Amino acid sequence: MTSTTASAPRASVNVGKLLTRISIVLIAAVVIYWLGRNFLDSPTQFLSVGITGLSNGALYALIALGYTLVYGIIELINFAHGDLFMLGAVFSYFFLTSFLGAEGATPRNYAMLGLTLVLAMVFCATLNVVIERLAYRRLRDAPKLAPLITAVGVSFVLQFIGLKWNGSAPRNFTTVLPQTSFTVAGVVVPWNALAIISLTIPLLLVLVTLVNKTKQGRAMRATAQDKDAARLMGIDVNKTISLVFALGGAMAGAAGLMFAQSVGTVAYNIGFQLGLIAFTSAVLGGVGNLYGAVLGGFLIGVIQGFNDGLPFGPGQKWSQTVVFTILILLMVYKPAGLLGKATTEKV
Amino acid sequence: MSTERTNSPVMLSVSDLTVAYGAITAVQNLNLEVRQGEIVTLIGSNGAGKSTTLRTISGLLKPKSGQITFEGETISGKPGHEIVKAGLCQSPEGRRIFPRMSVDENLELGAFLQKDQELIKATRERVLDLFPRLRERIDQKAGTMSGGEQQMLAVGRAMMGQPKLLILDEPSMGLAPVLVDVIFETIEKIRESGTTILLVEQNALAALRIADYAYVLESGHLKLEGYAKELADDPAIAAAYLGGH
Repeated sequence: MTSTTASAPRASVNVGKLLTRISIVLIAAVVIYWLGRNFLDSPTQFLSVGITGLSNGALYALIALGYTLVYGIIELINFAHGDLFMLGAVFSYFFLTSFLGAEGATPRNYAMLGLTLVLAMVFCATLNVVIERLAYRRLRDAPKLAPLITAVGVSFVLQFIGLKWNGSAPRNFTTVLPQTSFTVAGVVVPWNALAIISLTIPLLLVLVTLVNKTKQGRAMRATAQDKDAARLMGIDVNKTISLVFALGGAMAGAAGLMFAQSVGTVAYNIGFQLGLIAFTSAVLGGVGNLYGAVLGGFLIGVIQGFNDGLPFGPGQKWSQTVVFTILILLMVYKPAGLLGKATTEKV
Repeated sequence: MSTERTNSPVMLSVSDLTVAYGAITAVQNLNLEVRQGEIVTLIGSNGAGKSTTLRTISGLLKPKSGQITFEGETISGKPGHEIVKAGLCQSPEGRRIFPRMSVDENLELGAFLQKDQELIKATRERVLDLFPRLRERIDQKAGTMSGGEQQMLAVGRAMMGQPKLLILDEPSMGLAPVLVDVIFETIEKIRESGTTILLVEQNALAALRIADYAYVLESGHLKLEGYAKELADDPAIAAAYLGGH
């Protein structure tokens, strides 16, 4: 009698673990079968949608970095970040297309595109620093809910600025990046996808190097771990946090320009949906972890690409459902995200 | 020892300092002085306001009133990083090392404002000579070390900032008795090398043994002050503040 009551809870724990294992294996088996079936059915289409997915994923990764950098240093989920990206897109339309008149792929327009990329990054970085200074800094020691609600408020303010600036209807325009594609061994590669991927990767490398290898980056990581201890090292904590907002903003600005140039349309409300997906990427990868944000971004981009473009896929209607189902599943099995730490211990 | 107090110039001066957390006053009208070359200790029971005083000196808390000057310059109200720049480094209560960074990175952060690479290297060697255990663990994540090793790192990290005045808050907290002796010996060595020290300790007897001058805090007020030797020998004080040690 005593032996059965003692072993019963242990047995149920084991059964629970076993069920978890079995369900993970089942889910993985279904996904692998589905991917394999699609790949064998039409390998070229598989790779084409994969490339499109990667280029969307690059944009998600750039935006996700802004969420994860800010969360990492002040534990704030900056809901306004998606709208910052939107303003980056609107800025790039007005500067590049409207002011410089760059439409179509000419050498001059490519130079202007480069200039606009830099300016969009500076624009969004400055805006993000100003937002932190005006709206978040005073609330740094307030209960977490106060800055969170403030961020939601800032999101509305930015959307309203976008609405006034861009108008309520989406604007369509001719992009500098060509909307054509080329074919390699039957695989269709859109030029703009290639451009986005090859612009994003150096940006990501620069950012990661900055955070991991430079003195300012070390100051950021120290500030993220313990602000008072960072002050005792002589680190200017306010300046360091401003720098983090600047970096996140710059990435959002770059993403805004690339988004506008890849779809040829801007609207005041694009920030909400893309921001939400980018935020999901950050959570999927483990919020606060730079590599996690990049991994999550590319992963969600590719998942969406496969879902929307594969012959046996559920199709675009189900895009969001699939993404968020995956997020929920991952959160159930690994709440800290793919690369996240289980707890952020403070000694 | 007692003659040094009158001869050396005043390095840190705290006058009429009041610090409050909201409505609760933690330190009231505190006056104290640290002179060049001294070890000064601040003793008192838990909640007497010792750490609050140190945090205020380092600029982590804003005083409600009063003034703090360091080498003649007012530092009260300045942000923490400017106070470090003036030459005042602290090893805080609870160690506060950066747990997800290596021992080496923690030490490098201690020298964040230092520009002279040669001097940084030399200081790093000095710290690692004082605490050989840190040398053994140089690439280990600081958060995975034992409490004693983390304490050594906290003191070593503060030394990396080339302090003129080194503030140590409870450096012996939670340490094995053998390590406590090591820490106190090290504090004396640091002073011999020309660094002035302001020390907060619960282990009051050990603190009085190495200190020149002492202040006793009680409930945020200065209860008494005097030469460390005299306080240690006073039976009334021993009974009231040093009992149990």
